[in-house]
Formats: sequence, C-alpha cells, structure tokens
Amino acid sequence: MVPTSYYIMLSAALFAIGVLGVLIRRNALVVFMSVELMLNAANLVLVAFARERLSIDGQVLVFFVITVAAAEVAVGLALLVAIFRTKHTADVDEVSTLRG
Amino acid sequence: MESLQIPPVDLRLLTPLLIVVGWAGALLLIDVFFVPDGRKKITGYLAIAGLAVAGLAGIPLWNLSGSTFSGMLVLDRYSLALTWIFLIAGALSIAVALDYLPRHAIEQGEYYPLIMFAVGGMILMAQSADLITLFLGIELLSITLYILTGFAYPRVASEEAGMKYLVLGAFAAGFFVYGIALIFGATGATSLAGIAAYLGRQPFAPQEETLFLAGASLVLIGFSFKIALVPFHMWTPDVYEGSPTPVAAFMSVGTKGAALAALLRVTLALEEAQTFWLPILAVLAAATMILGNLGALGQSNLKRMLAYSSIGHAGYILLGIMVAAERGAEAFLFYILAYTLTNLGAFGVLIALEQRGEAAWSIDDFAGLYQRRPLLAVAMALFMFSLAGVPPTAGFMGKFFIFTAAYAGGLGWLVLIGVLTSAIAAYYYLRVVVKMFMQEPVREVRPELTRGLNTEILIAGVATLILGLLPTPIVLLVERSLVALGG
Amino acid sequence: MLGSFAPILILFLIAVFIAVFVITVSSLLGPRRSSPRKLAPYESGMEPIGPAIRRIPVKFYVVAMLFIVFDIEVVFFYPYALVFRQLAVPGLIAIGVFFLVLVVGFVYEWRKGALTWE
Repeated sequence: MVPTSYYIMLSAALFAIGVLGVLIRRNALVVFMSVELMLNAANLVLVAFARERLSIDGQVLVFFVITVAAAEVAVGLALLVAIFRTKHTADVDEVSTLRG
Repeated sequence: MESLQIPPVDLRLLTPLLIVVGWAGALLLIDVFFVPDGRKKITGYLAIAGLAVAGLAGIPLWNLSGSTFSGMLVLDRYSLALTWIFLIAGALSIAVALDYLPRHAIEQGEYYPLIMFAVGGMILMAQSADLITLFLGIELLSITLYILTGFAYPRVASEEAGMKYLVLGAFAAGFFVYGIALIFGATGATSLAGIAAYLGRQPFAPQEETLFLAGASLVLIGFSFKIALVPFHMWTPDVYEGSPTPVAAFMSVGTKGAALAALLRVTLALEEAQTFWLPILAVLAAATMILGNLGALGQSNLKRMLAYSSIGHAGYILLGIMVAAERGAEAFLFYILAYTLTNLGAFGVLIALEQRGEAAWSIDDFAGLYQRRPLLAVAMALFMFSLAGVPPTAGFMGKFFIFTAAYAGGLGWLVLIGVLTSAIAAYYYLRVVVKMFMQEPVREVRPELTRGLNTEILIAGVATLILGLLPTPIVLLVERSLVALGG
Repeated sequence: MLGSFAPILILFLIAVFIAVFVITVSSLLGPRRSSPRKLAPYESGMEPIGPAIRRIPVKFYVVAMLFIVFDIEVVFFYPYALVFRQLAVPGLIAIGVFFLVLVVGFVYEWRKGALTWE
C-alpha cells in the first residue's frame, strides 16, 4: 500500500500548480482549469485520509466538492459567453474596465 | 444483506431554510411559465411573500433547539436570530430592485429566486455545525452571487465584475476546501464537535498538529476572502462598483454577515484552538480597520466608498467575534442587525439617484440634495451618521457594544485602533452630509423614488433610529437569543 | 515495498535516455537545408488554410455548460445504485427529492429555450 504521505505530497504539488495557474495564466478557461486543479488536490487529500482513517466523512465531502466545482465552472462559462458576446475576447487581461 | 439505516432527520428544525429554498425553486418555474415579460414585479412580490412566510415559520422554533442530519445542522436561537436578519436583508434587496431592474432595462424574473437561493445559503451557513454543510452554504451563496453580479448583461462592467468575483471566489473556495481536507486529515472529523473533541485530547502528535495548523490557516484565508478582510479585500470595490446596485447592497450585508456568523460559530466551537487563532484574527482586524477606512478616504465615487467602508466595518465586527465567549456574541448580533439596516438604507438612496445609462455615484451629485429632496437628504444623513457611529443612531449603539465587549475582553489596543479609525471614518461620512446640506447642486440629478424604494428607505431609516434610541428591547432579545450558545 | 517498482524505474530511465540520445545525435549529425516548402507545417497534402487555432461557435460553450451540470448528477446516482436495496423507502424518497431538484432545473432550461440549437 502506498503510504498516505505520498498522496499528500502529490496533492500539495497539484494545489501549488493550481494556485500558480490562477495567478499567472491570463486565459479565463485556463484559470478555471487551475481552480479545478486546486479543488481536485483537496479531493485527493480527502480520499487519502478517508482511506487511512477508514472514515466515510472525507469521501462524502468529495462528492459535494465535485458538484460545487461543476456549478462554479458552469456559471463561469456562462459569464465567459456573456463577455464574449459583448467584447469578443476570453483574455482576462482585456477584461479591465474596472480599476484595480 | 444487512439493511442500512438513514439516520433520522428532523425537518422541523430546518423549516425556514426549506421554505426559502423550496419557494425559490417553485418560483423559478412559476416565473418562466406564468409570469409574462414586463410584469416580472409579480415574481418579486411572490419572493417577498416567501421570505415573509419563512420568517413567520421561524417564530414557533424560538423555544426549540437541537441538531439534525447527524449533527451537521443545528437550530438554536443564535441561528434563528441570524435567519431573521438575513430574511430582512433579502426582502429589502428585492424591494429596491422592483423598479431598479426595469428602469435599467435589465429586468429578468430570475433575479428574485436567485436572491432567495442566496438567502437560503446564508441560513444554511448560520445553521451549520459541520465544515461540509458550511462549505455548501458558502458555495450556494457565492455561486448565486456570481450570477447576480453579472446580472446587468449586456453592461460590460457588470460582466467583468462577475468574472472577477467568480475567479477570486473560486480561488478562495479552493483554499477553504484544502483547509478542510487537512483538518480532516489531522483530526479525522469534519464536524465542529468532532474537531473540538480532538483538540481536547492534547497533546497531539507533531505531524497532526502541523496538518491542523496548516488546515486552519487555509480555512481562515478562505473566510477572509469571503468577508473581505485586508489583505484579501482587493476584489471588493471593483465587484461592488460593477454589479447592479441592489446586488451590491445585498452583497455588502449578506456575504459579510453570513461569513462572519459562521466564523463566530467556528471560533466558539474550537475554543482549544484560540491560542493560535486569536492572534491572527487580531492582526487581520487591525489591518482591516485601518486600511478599509483609509481606502474609503480617497474615494469620490460613493459606491466605492461604501465598499471600502464595508471592509472597515468587517474589522469592527471581527472584534466582537474575538471576544465572542464574553458578551462579544451579543454585540456581534446587534452590530450585524444595525449594519444591515443602515447599509441597505444608504444603498437605497444611491439607487434613487442612479439614472439609466449613467451612474450618479459621484459625491458631487449629492451636493445640494437637501434643497431638492429634503426627506431623502435627511434619510441619507441618518444613514451616514449611523455608519460613522454618531449617536443617537443604530451604528453608535453597535460600536458602543462592540468596543465595550472588546475592552472587557482585554483587547484594549484593538479598541484604540477601532476608535481612531472611527474618527477617520467620520470624516468621509460627514463629507457627504456637508455636501448635501451646505453646497449648491453641481449638476442636475433627478432622484427617482418609487414605492418599493420609498418603503425600503423608510423601514431602514426608522429601524436605524429606533435601534439607536431604544436599543433595550432588541438587546434583551439578542441576549436571550444567545442562551443556547453559551454566550 | 518500493523495490518492486525498480524495474519500472529502470525502464523509465532507459526510455528517457534513448529519447534524449536520438534527438541529440540527429541534431548534431544531420544536415540542415531548409526551404520554404520544408518549413510548411505539412510537407505534403493540402496547403494550410487560415490560422491553426480557430474560433469555435459560442454555442458549444452553452452546450458544454448545460452538459456539466447534468453530467455531475451521475456522481450521486452511482453510489445510490449500489445500496438502493438496503436503503429501501427512505432512500427512495431522498433520491426522489434530489431528482425533483434536477427536474426543476431541466424544465426551466427547456422552457427558456436553451436546448434548441438555432
């Protein structure tokens, strides 16, 4: 059996990649993917610990996280489509009418 | 095959929540099937009725308390009091939108069910005693707010604000979930009671302690994003400015109130973690009070100013949370109620001045308002006084309770910062009042007052005054509401 | 325990080595005579037309959006399918409520005309 700490390290790496992706990448779709990576890193931790502790709680949360991630991406795509229809771009840097 | 038992569920404890969410779902269909375009106000009235019914259904629950869904959701007077505050905030936000939406040609019936769903999320947050349900509540609230922020399609600013809010909100959700995952790894539980039980079994293994601390920090970052605490506040002014004004009003009281309420419950439940938790909260509170108010100082756009001021107010409320065990919780509830009513009122005046196609948010547009609309100017002055904490208004009593509780709890230096920043805040709030009463109008702004808006401003104004002049009954009510919480 | 992975690791290293070796050697030894024809993305076949990354009609995003939401419901139906006998009637009620919520969304979507292509 692979020790739990390996999973944690892998998920920490995934989470870091996700955070960097959100901060660095400019394309809104890639940003969504990075957020997804962060959430899935959390899912990996939850499943790994749920297995180690033989507790079902962690796995239950995974289901909800998957659902929430889907809803978030759906709304994100909707906003993207709306912005695209008015501005014809998917680049978050060009989305800058507001200061700050 | 052995049979699995679904644990018994007591739906009575969730009556207001179920009514709000169920009504919202039904309203979505009613709106799309029966309500013709151009008469979407009907949907709005139905939504207000739903919120009222949910509020009434909560009254018999006052003497009830308990938990259901295996302890994931609790009902106590604290959650019930918050439920009522949230219902009021939702109803007032719908009332101001009734005429705002058609005036700006963005009327869609979905606005009203969406607000109801958001209120449902807030109630869920107030009732949750488990990180899973807390996360669900936060996301139900946030996802609906992303949609509402971008509601003014095809106004680009609104879409952009929605996008910005979504990216940062999802980012924060990532931190929050990862934090929950690490806490679960360290303690083997997601329920607040389970985590508290684990913390009581000191000392823990060093590895688990590291995991727990990392997880708790990540959860705190997630909270800070939602509440907009400095340094996680940068999105707030942009999002408020871009979103439709009724939505900004709802957001400024809703998200903050619900997230702070949840933070209070977490802080109280995890008493053992306070040695680690409180110093961080203290730094966050100090930074939030200082930078929030300093940020508001430089704004000439009133909508952005209110955004920064809402950041500052979150800092004051945080003081109440830190001393929640010693009377802070009562001060917290009173402050949330006072702030909700006052802020909704101020945004109501903003909405009255907002014309179609152009935004009358510049502070110059308020110049000479007293000569044109005396009553409106007086109402706005009242809200500004209340936000600044000038007696005899609700805001003053709220600040008074918070600062006394914090001082008694040994947070003297934070109270000092609080009082000093309140003085700064008084400058930029009173600047608006001076403009309204003492200066000549700069340009023609024709305020539009409609029935819904009038009612909202009236309710908010009267409540602000009553809370300031006769706080005793409310304070008694609030005190009683905290019996079950051990406050 | 990790020892059992050693052969895979060796295989992996050999694969990396061969790939690096072949690319380096061919770039060092191979002659380079480029011509416009050779620089084209495809040396034979059709002349390339237009940019490689083309805009996709925005409608696909809308479909993707609707798909995501209804795709996820399966996540909840699978575990239920495993235990629906043991859960008996209460489970049926619970999943019924869940399904009802989905139906509300679906009816709304259909009525709004989001499902028609044109």
